[in-house]
Amino acid sequence: MSESLLALYVFVLACFIGYYVIWGVTPSLHTPLVALTNAISGIVLVGALLVAGLEEAGFTASAFGFLAVLLASINVFGGFLVTHRMLSMFKKKKQ
Amino acid sequence: MELVLNPNQQAVAYLVSAILFIFALKGLTHPKTARQGNWLGILGMVIALGATLLGEHVTTYWLIIIAGSIGAIIGIVLALRIQMADMPQLVAALHSFVGMAAVLVAIGTFITHAAAGELNPVLMAELSAGIVIGAITFTGSVIAFAKLQGIMDGAPITFKGQHALNAAIGIVTVGLAVYFAMQGTTDQPFATNVIAALFVMTLLSFILGGTLIIPIGGADMPVIISMLNSYSGWAAAATGFTLHNNLLIIVGALVGFSGAILSYIMCRAMNRSIINVVFGGFGTGESGGDSAGAQAAQKGIKSASIDDVVYWMEDANQVIVVPGYGMAVAQAQHALKEMMELLEQRGVPLKFAIHPVAGRMPGHMNVLLAEADIPYENVLEMDEINPEFQNTDVCLVVGANDVVNPAAKTDKSSPIYGMPIIEAAKARNVYFLKRSMRPGYSGVDNLLFYQDNTSLVFGDAKDTIEGMVQALKGGGH
Repeated sequence: MSESLLALYVFVLACFIGYYVIWGVTPSLHTPLVALTNAISGIVLVGALLVAGLEEAGFTASAFGFLAVLLASINVFGGFLVTHRMLSMFKKKKQ
Repeated sequence: MELVLNPNQQAVAYLVSAILFIFALKGLTHPKTARQGNWLGILGMVIALGATLLGEHVTTYWLIIIAGSIGAIIGIVLALRIQMADMPQLVAALHSFVGMAAVLVAIGTFITHAAAGELNPVLMAELSAGIVIGAITFTGSVIAFAKLQGIMDGAPITFKGQHALNAAIGIVTVGLAVYFAMQGTTDQPFATNVIAALFVMTLLSFILGGTLIIPIGGADMPVIISMLNSYSGWAAAATGFTLHNNLLIIVGALVGFSGAILSYIMCRAMNRSIINVVFGGFGTGESGGDSAGAQAAQKGIKSASIDDVVYWMEDANQVIVVPGYGMAVAQAQHALKEMMELLEQRGVPLKFAIHPVAGRMPGHMNVLLAEADIPYENVLEMDEINPEFQNTDVCLVVGANDVVNPAAKTDKSSPIYGMPIIEAAKARNVYFLKRSMRPGYSGVDNLLFYQDNTSLVFGDAKDTIEGMVQALKGGGH
């Protein structure tokens, strides 16, 4: 099995996990869900690091990597922080 | 750095990180576990980034440190400053960043692999997918942001031959991607034909992102946000395929499905198919119409004063508030919280009824009410609370419109026919807080106005609720 086909296996199985996990999310938390998925899709930062961190990359590739790291970092930091801010607001009734 | 992880150690770290992300999402099953979930997500991200930085492929750090610090500062400032009512704008902006990052990573990977002579058709195809999906996500999100922020008019932009044009751009883009991938065996990756194909494909994808979103009206914003959420996930997954990184593939699939399911939930809540929403043209945006009182009198609408409403609320068995985006615009949620407390002191429970598409994004109302410190037990979803209306004395509609329109159930010719609605009409007394007689986003007249048990209270929602708070504080009647 080729590497790409293996990747396809992982992808399809992950889709099933996504399907079942997301249906379990309570509708009242749908906005934090979107914000949290914003944060974790900042995982493209991993790809950005690989481009920006390659020493022998030329100027153009480094510039692309630099911008990609910058944008993806906004997602990671902004996404998790705003999710935290929102979730801290959801409170139970004071007894 | 001395510590260098080999690919197997890195893969194990990525697996741990993927599991943590799954549990992070699972945490959102209930508000009690949600914050813990977010922390698991943060831990997953730290592990993933740490494993990447310690891997053998990252050899220089200064660029990363500078770019990462700038991004972190911008992200933190945005997250701390954003108003809850503006959350859809932040989300749209963040989607655009993921899209653009995916495009940049794909092109950057092409350049580095081309320089190293490591290109092949499969990689080129995966790269193209990353570029196309990422670019569509980017421009689509920028347009969504502009519409939300009021930079662009919310009304749908439609013209003749629009769908044919989109199809044409799409076909040419895919054709270029195929051509580009077929050049994967070339030993001259920087030849003009390859670069030109890459450039035009990227450009057309950016254009397509815009042309796909403009026909969708502002009323369908919850669907747009969910769809772009989904796209941003697929963009991350495509990047994962390009880099043969299973973590990115898993996360992309999770996020992609999250957005897809939200889109489905939003469409179902409007009784419309995703195709119908995407092809758009629904919702006229803002339409005029003033002199509220005069129009109301003509149509035989009753209006009520603040004191009337307070009089009925004080002795009600319970009060249900149906909030809509108008509540967010007026920032009336804090006054509602005060009113809730005053009524509770009198033994009158107050609950909130939330329609899935109330607001500008999924769950928007819940966050606004949480912001005002309203406990989540008092906030119920449409299906949970609908059976209660027939035994409820007072229902207060604050800034919502289409979601309580009985035409959705009775009028087969209505554009919103078949849409599940909040059964406000069944309450004994319905008070509709309105600024004017302007119809809802769908442009449909609301049959609820003309019911015998309905009265309209004209004025800004916040001022009206604050007036009710004052009346309740005054000891009532």
